Amino acid sequence: MAATETRTFNPGRRMPAVRIVFSVLGLLIGGLMLLPLVWLVMRAFQADLPTVWSMLTRPRTLQMLLNTLALVVCTLALATAMALPLAWLVSRTNLRWRRLVNVLAVIPLATPGYVMAYALIGLSGNFGFMNQVFGVTIPRLEGLFGATLALSLYTFPYIYLNLRAAFAGLDQSLEEAARALGATPREVFVRVTLPHLMPALMAGWLVVGLYVIGDFGAVALMRYEVFSYAIYIQYSAAFDRIYAAWLALILIAIALSVVWWESRLREGASYARTGSGTGTQRRRVALPAAGQALGLTFVGLVVLASIGLPLAVLSFWMMRLDDLPAILPALLRAFSQSLSAAVPAAVLAAAMALPVAVLAVRYPSPLSTLINRLAFVGYAVPALAFALAFVFFSLNGARFLYQTHLLLVLVYALSFLALALGPIRSALYQVRPSLEESARSLGHGPVSVFARVTLPTIRPGVVAGMVLVFVIAMKELPIAFLLAPTGFRPLAITMFSRTSEGMLMDAAPYAAAIMVFSALFVGFVLRHDRKAGG
Amino acid sequence: MAQLPPAFRFRMPAEATPLGFRQTPRDVLLEVEGLRKQFPRADSAAVENVAFALGEGELMALLGPSGCGKTTTLRMIGGFEAPDAGHIRLRGRDVTRLPPEQRGIGFVFQDYALFPHLDVLANVRFGLRGMPPAEAETRARDMLALVGLGDLAGRKPHELSGGQQQRVALARTLAPAPPLVLLDEPFSNLDAAMRVETRQEVRKLLKTTGSAAILVTHDQEEALALSDRIVVMEAGKVCQIGTPDEIYRNPVSAFVASFIGRSNIVEGRASGMDVETAFGRLPLSRAANGRVSLAVRPEQIMLEPDPAGPAAIVGREYRGHDQLYWVQEGERCMLVISGPGAQIDLGTRVRLRICDCVTPLT
Repeated sequence: MAATETRTFNPGRRMPAVRIVFSVLGLLIGGLMLLPLVWLVMRAFQADLPTVWSMLTRPRTLQMLLNTLALVVCTLALATAMALPLAWLVSRTNLRWRRLVNVLAVIPLATPGYVMAYALIGLSGNFGFMNQVFGVTIPRLEGLFGATLALSLYTFPYIYLNLRAAFAGLDQSLEEAARALGATPREVFVRVTLPHLMPALMAGWLVVGLYVIGDFGAVALMRYEVFSYAIYIQYSAAFDRIYAAWLALILIAIALSVVWWESRLREGASYARTGSGTGTQRRRVALPAAGQALGLTFVGLVVLASIGLPLAVLSFWMMRLDDLPAILPALLRAFSQSLSAAVPAAVLAAAMALPVAVLAVRYPSPLSTLINRLAFVGYAVPALAFALAFVFFSLNGARFLYQTHLLLVLVYALSFLALALGPIRSALYQVRPSLEESARSLGHGPVSVFARVTLPTIRPGVVAGMVLVFVIAMKELPIAFLLAPTGFRPLAITMFSRTSEGMLMDAAPYAAAIMVFSALFVGFVLRHDRKAGG
Repeated sequence: MAQLPPAFRFRMPAEATPLGFRQTPRDVLLEVEGLRKQFPRADSAAVENVAFALGEGELMALLGPSGCGKTTTLRMIGGFEAPDAGHIRLRGRDVTRLPPEQRGIGFVFQDYALFPHLDVLANVRFGLRGMPPAEAETRARDMLALVGLGDLAGRKPHELSGGQQQRVALARTLAPAPPLVLLDEPFSNLDAAMRVETRQEVRKLLKTTGSAAILVTHDQEEALALSDRIVVMEAGKVCQIGTPDEIYRNPVSAFVASFIGRSNIVEGRASGMDVETAFGRLPLSRAANGRVSLAVRPEQIMLEPDPAGPAAIVGREYRGHDQLYWVQEGERCMLVISGPGAQIDLGTRVRLRICDCVTPLT
């Protein structure tokens, strides 16, 4: 009996080995997320307090804070002004070609903020698109106006997607009940529809807000002084490390307060539908002819600005490029360098997401909640600040990693871990526990069950997670910018530095390559979206 | 009982005693004793002091309302929950602390749990570890043929109907020839017509392969129709163990009497094998003394139209093969089943007569 006692397992009292191993892995990953931030804080406190105080109270610091807030508010407002009417037109009216509009409204995601900024800048100047095509010279777009335009034209689809889902999930009988109770259509929209859209709107605002706070490419090209731009200046030109560390900490604080603020608001605004009945046919508002025209004009303007503009400017500059074959080798080299970081990052991110997701789904406990929260740190912390923390970490804590390809891949994986986590976790939720239990009762041990049942069943989710990370990493800019080993010049960096030097023509093929890759990403998201919806 | 010949009395199985888990007539396959489980953050134990024994090849039903602890009991036997106390022995070996894969007990899940990434044949082969591949393949194909799905070996689970999925799940569970199969509400995902047909097939299949089985169900009809013996559970405890006939005829408590079929509960004063009731002096199915509650089955009551009768028909349900009447007599409302003959109108005065021995409840 003693022999069997030693290899027994007791699901109730002792932890199964799988859980112990995954918990350890999860804690390691969480530690890897937090550890570099410790170095960031340490670096920040190397200065004495009066110096710190004078740094933080510089008028410029305050100005940057105001600039950041202004950029967030303006971008959210403009993006919502585009997304809300689009979502309403597509989900609730009989607008013509609304299926096409639905696709067109998501495509702008294929143009990263810095490519959008490139397109806007490419309009201006003597050799610019406007002067060459229409004979109108416009000044170079920059500052708050330029940054807002670039960022909102790129990010409004995030809000659109959230709103469209909310419209689809909104029980129309609620609105009808309000009408029956005597409310006018306008009152219904304000008092019933809008409150129900709020959670979705806030979820969209959170994503866009975090993106804007963390964005670096677009604001840098638009020469708008926000924290990430200042960190970039400190790093590339002045490099006052302590000041850079403080700017990064402020940036993190802003991002965290946005997350906190959003979760507080969302707590008060969750609406569960009571009762059942979703099978009702969706009734659409019949637009009169004038309404159709107005709606399509609106759609046309948004599409023209968000898709037409970058395409036109990019093709314009591409056509002026007289010797494409000559730059092809350089383009291919940049492309393969992007691949060399993105592919391992995708695999590593999925590998790290797996134990974290299994813990969350199969072994819920305070520890797995903690590990799952930590897994989001890399996503919530603005990329430039995250990368800077790893610069300090590798300089002082792990010298063997400094300026290595490995470090870049690791930071990519940590930063995009949350992206891989989503699909893997939802795939795991769909694996019923009885599936694993029946494999156990058929004589397979925990490891065999994981390899032969769990992993094959969640494979689509793992692949989806990898693809997401891969495509995002292909066009990533700020992390590559700070952590690229010497001589490492992927697509994004090449394109960015040429644009910032005013070499718009030379930047065009790189921008085009990035757009192609981003378009793949959007196609992938759309396919998933349709699968989830259908 | 006193009239029974000695030889017959000797062979009376322990099942006949109200809580007959002393022994079974066959070789004992599974013994469960003192099983207890309390979930964290629960006020009371989900399973409390559950004990029973199962013979080789026997079909047993764990029957009870939802939340009575029957599924938890089944999952502890299968190894998916650890009991807080108690023992589970399979052929004399203590398996209480063994992980599921080392118990050799088959489990058929409510949702069948077929592996979606494997075809039907690979599903059935899954449990045939350590068998040469060719042999495993033959065995799996034989099992599929046995459940009548020989030609669907290449299908994926989602291409099968609910009934077919269930048969694949059974074939998969039976393929390694486990001595014991546990079935958790196996028919709940089938429609009513399929259910009746399938349960006889399952019974036949289990009897063919010789596997013993424990079936969890909340459907008394299913338990009565399918099993050799029934364990009735309520609130985590075992109320009664017996053959379907014993449980139906001799329920030990008001709960069992009304959960298995319908019962009227009548008060009486018992002395030995007789009881004095409002319906006169009646024979008892087992000895009792003093004030007792009695279970009277609706079909044990006769209805006689009588203008001077003390009772009146207050409700009626025509059911084809028989008729159900609600009869008010003073404060008491009795349920009566009578044959499909002429209907008695609402309001008709009647007299009730109990024409069988009645069961005292504890």
